[in-house]
Amino acid sequence: MNFTAVLAQIKPKLGCVADNLSIVEGEIAKAREAGADLIIFPELALSGYFLKDLVPEVALRVDSPEISRLIELSRGISIVIGFVEETDDYHFFNSALYLEDGAIRHLHRKVYLPTYGLFDEQRYLAKGEAFRAFDTKFGRFGILICEDMWHLSASYILAMDGATTLICLSSSPARGIEGDSLGSASAWQKLVSTTAMFLNCRVLYSNRVGFEDGINFWGGSEYIAPSGESIVRGSLFEKDFVTASVDEGALRRERIFSPMIRDENMFVTMQELERIAQKRRR
Amino acid sequence: MTGLIANTDLLRKLLVGFVRDEVRKVGVSKVVLGLSGGIDSALVAFIAAEALGPENVHAICMPYKSSNPESEAHARLVAASCGVNFSVVPITAMVDAYFGMFPDADNMRRGNKMARERMTVLFDHSALLRALVLGTSNKTELLLGYGTLYGDMASALNPIGDIYKTQVWQLSAAMGVPKEVIEKQPSADLWAGQTDEEELGFSYRQVDELLYRMVDERLTKPELAAEGFDREFVESIYAKIQNSHFKRRLPVIAKVSNRTIDRDFRYARDWGK
Repeated sequence: MNFTAVLAQIKPKLGCVADNLSIVEGEIAKAREAGADLIIFPELALSGYFLKDLVPEVALRVDSPEISRLIELSRGISIVIGFVEETDDYHFFNSALYLEDGAIRHLHRKVYLPTYGLFDEQRYLAKGEAFRAFDTKFGRFGILICEDMWHLSASYILAMDGATTLICLSSSPARGIEGDSLGSASAWQKLVSTTAMFLNCRVLYSNRVGFEDGINFWGGSEYIAPSGESIVRGSLFEKDFVTASVDEGALRRERIFSPMIRDENMFVTMQELERIAQKRRR
Repeated sequence: MTGLIANTDLLRKLLVGFVRDEVRKVGVSKVVLGLSGGIDSALVAFIAAEALGPENVHAICMPYKSSNPESEAHARLVAASCGVNFSVVPITAMVDAYFGMFPDADNMRRGNKMARERMTVLFDHSALLRALVLGTSNKTELLLGYGTLYGDMASALNPIGDIYKTQVWQLSAAMGVPKEVIEKQPSADLWAGQTDEEELGFSYRQVDELLYRMVDERLTKPELAAEGFDREFVESIYAKIQNSHFKRRLPVIAKVSNRTIDRDFRYARDWGK
């Protein structure tokens, strides 16, 4: 079905869960007023990104009052939000929730934690171990968190699991000032467009803005049609409220026009991967 | 070398945004900086004026008696052309009072003392004006260690510390820094006729080409040789970076507890901002 999604390009405050929750609630109210069906926040929207030793201080259990409040708000609009999740066994995950009709529909824990260059996630966080598609009011979705999307297998698994919409929550730092456009922005734009094309999926990409210790997050949140075409893109560097009118017909037409996913032979893939895995085990 | 050619529109937006965001998030609206008459501090003044409004930027020229009078004139020109507040605080009395006790001090000690004297003036004005001190060291001099620890290297925020001198020239031209300032020979102006390039023994353009490949692109020494860089030049720059690394780090703390500051007590400076 057709639906309207808002990509909330916000600027979270580092380590301030209460402040960020009120930013998030403000955006949710705005999106409801605008008649949107779904609102998508960036990675770690409730905490900020370069948390380091703050991780345990900002972590929330899924039954915390803050998450319960958002679950309640999802009766009016479906919500996707990133946060640090604390589990019963005291592991901390970079997680995203899909909330709808007053319930948690899906929890994704970031699988690929970048730990190189300016990133240090594995030092502070536990790794997720699954990519699962799930059903929503608007069709079958899959969630990726930032670095997850740079692993072909992640999007591929979600598409094989029936997802036709991929949601990516991001906190992508700006770098690369040599070219016509920002280096990290053009890399991401290529990635989301190519992923959409390969998998005949639409992509909803939500990236934050603001600075943390001199590191900028560039925004540019984007809705990509299953053809790979960018339909709407948020502003660079500035806060934004990007409204995407998602057209079901475009998905159907694209899947008729280029049925690569229909023809994808998952069993060949599995057989070959199994062979490679066997070889590596030896 | 395309890597050193910056997209100045993008760079300007990033650096202006950096100053605006990082200054205001600590609950401050003003900045203070030393304006030497040279290009680095001129560029920072232009960036700050655009970020915060020129009325919120205080530029201080701090000449010593041996400083070239042209430097102060250029500092005035820069302040006038970007509209920031300008004052002159000479450091001669303080520096001379000190070296009255150590008349045999060499140029290096005198130069370092001047740089640190200027730092104390800036941080005093930081308290006076409720303004953050902006740093004006570029990536080239930070990597080479061509600056005074706790002197000109001291600041609260540095907008240009990740751009090479070559890029400072490009962005300065794009932002309208006066031509005289862009075109003159870079100098620490510690004594008459001193120029950076003569003192360093190579040109900024030359060393930036090397630094970009060595630091940003991580080319190996054989790869650098294959690109035509002189082995001795490569070795000497590598040694400069290594030997000045202490200037780019916090003081080393002897670890005895479970949580040592910056070792296993790790927080962003923007914690809670």
